[in-house]
Amino acid sequence: METALAILVGILVATGVYLMLARNLLRYLFGLVLLSNAANLAILAAGRLTRATPPLVPPGMMEPPLPVANPLPQALILTAIVIGFGLLAFALALLTRSYQQFQTLDSDQIREAEPVKEKKMEEAQG
Amino acid sequence: MSWILALPFLIPILAAMVAYLGRKHENTGRLVSVFSCLLLFGVTLLILAMVESGGVRVAQMGNWSAPFGITLVADRLSAIMLLVSATIGLAVAIFGLAEIDRERELLGYHCFYQLLLAGVCGSFVTGDLFNLYVWFEVMLIASFALLVLGNTPVQLDGGTKYVAMNLVSTLLMLTGIGLLYGLTGTLNMAELHRELAVMDAPVAMDLLRVLFICAFGIKAAIFPLFFWLPASYHAPPLPVTAVFAGLLTKVGVYALIRTFTLLFPAGDGFGHELLLAVALLTMVTGVLGAAAQYEFRKILSFHIVSQIGFLVLGLALNSPLALAGAIFYMVHNIVAKTNLFLICGTAGRLTGSYELREIGGLYRAAPILAALFFIAAFSLAGFPPLSGFWAKFLLIKSSLEQAAYWVCAIALLTGLLTLFSMSKIWAEAFWKPHPAAGDYSLGKLRPSVRAMHLGPIVVLALITLSLGLLPEPFIEFSLLAARDLLEPAEYVTAVLGTYAK
Repeated sequence: METALAILVGILVATGVYLMLARNLLRYLFGLVLLSNAANLAILAAGRLTRATPPLVPPGMMEPPLPVANPLPQALILTAIVIGFGLLAFALALLTRSYQQFQTLDSDQIREAEPVKEKKMEEAQG
Repeated sequence: MSWILALPFLIPILAAMVAYLGRKHENTGRLVSVFSCLLLFGVTLLILAMVESGGVRVAQMGNWSAPFGITLVADRLSAIMLLVSATIGLAVAIFGLAEIDRERELLGYHCFYQLLLAGVCGSFVTGDLFNLYVWFEVMLIASFALLVLGNTPVQLDGGTKYVAMNLVSTLLMLTGIGLLYGLTGTLNMAELHRELAVMDAPVAMDLLRVLFICAFGIKAAIFPLFFWLPASYHAPPLPVTAVFAGLLTKVGVYALIRTFTLLFPAGDGFGHELLLAVALLTMVTGVLGAAAQYEFRKILSFHIVSQIGFLVLGLALNSPLALAGAIFYMVHNIVAKTNLFLICGTAGRLTGSYELREIGGLYRAAPILAALFFIAAFSLAGFPPLSGFWAKFLLIKSSLEQAAYWVCAIALLTGLLTLFSMSKIWAEAFWKPHPAAGDYSLGKLRPSVRAMHLGPIVVLALITLSLGLLPEPFIEFSLLAARDLLEPAEYVTAVLGTYAK
């Protein structure tokens, strides 16, 4: 099972990185989404996959009878999913807004913060 | 009493809520923001005093004993970083009162500002790696909002680059934490220290080192991961830039120092060698990038990168003296850098532009501002007897002790080039006459605005001066903090107590 997950994570990372190398910002964002899912799956796999009872403590006992599934990675992933959801939603909103502003998603053409050389030269001469 | 360790993030979070609810009222946000920063300053001062008198302080959240719950820890490094952050938070909050327009206040500026401080302070007190990740995210989302608040085209473009790069860093950090958990079965940093010391998995450890260097390196803006910084830091209103410049990258450096002393101490792996090479390249590229710029804020932004190199250098050299140098440098740099940005803001307000070619004449028009710039800028360049001199002195002395002469040469060269950039600003903005005649003096600002501008700048300049003229107690303190980092036995025992696996 770990092997299958590891391969899946690998595929997700490869696809994600491929998308992120594009100049189109929306592709970049989609790549990021895949990458964040890959990270979450990696945590799940790193926390050992066990087909076992949920870690609930029966009445009258101090600890659950072994073996139990490890709940911590799932708690971590849950936190990471929530945070990742917020961040990606923000990033999507930002992209929408900058598309409205610049009428393009090509990162090479959006040079508002770092104007290209020619413009600077003109300014210097003018 | 250990609950006091939670206050550095509880106060700003509470203030953020109140500021958001009261944003419609003219003064609620402003008052809450300043009051919260004052309170934060008091609390962090108290924490520093507690750590000084009784060593490492620990608080177990929710009474879950370590390593099962989240532990808050304050050692000397955390305490001094908290205090400096609170100082900067207060200074920039006051400066922001004069610079942030009503529209941005309505959009929730004060709320996000406080959340940013909460994230920064949380990162400094946590003793749990995953909790560190969470605080990084709190800080990150607040910084996203502050960066694009106002929606100008420059902000949108800068914001996109900042968001794109920082989200990658987040994912790398998350993956690193996940793998580290898989390797050791714990996320408590003190227990990680114990576990990793006896761990025999060189490949996995090297992978983790690289992941953490990349993750924190993007946040800290080290070479070659710094390009988002000069692309975005000049976009938002100046108080936002100032607080980013002072605190955000330094949290990345703090995380690097913490992980590479506690989790991956120098020894078997190549972590510190990698950091050394990266530090030198960061110093040089940053300062060269600054030399090519002709915009006040962009020059200063590139200098942030260059200074980060010095901080990482202290960590990479890995001797008590070098680490003490890094800590001293960090404190000095946060104060001097923020101050330079604030001065830049006042200069921009007076002359109406940040382009060095379009401004000038400030030496004649605002001699006080010129004097204050002189203190901050020449401290940054490392002129005796200002604070930057002692910081560089410690680092260079330790590089000489280790016979790393080329490290020393590069550090000195970087200092020289920093001086070049600072004299460029001096010559262009202060010395040469303004291209257009007009009134550029401080007198044209309303008295209240003038006080909000000059007050924080003067106080920060005084801190720089006192660090420079009376360096001994601070160097003493940095040496103790460095010793704590390199021999973390006290930290580990304080967190874990008698617990053993």
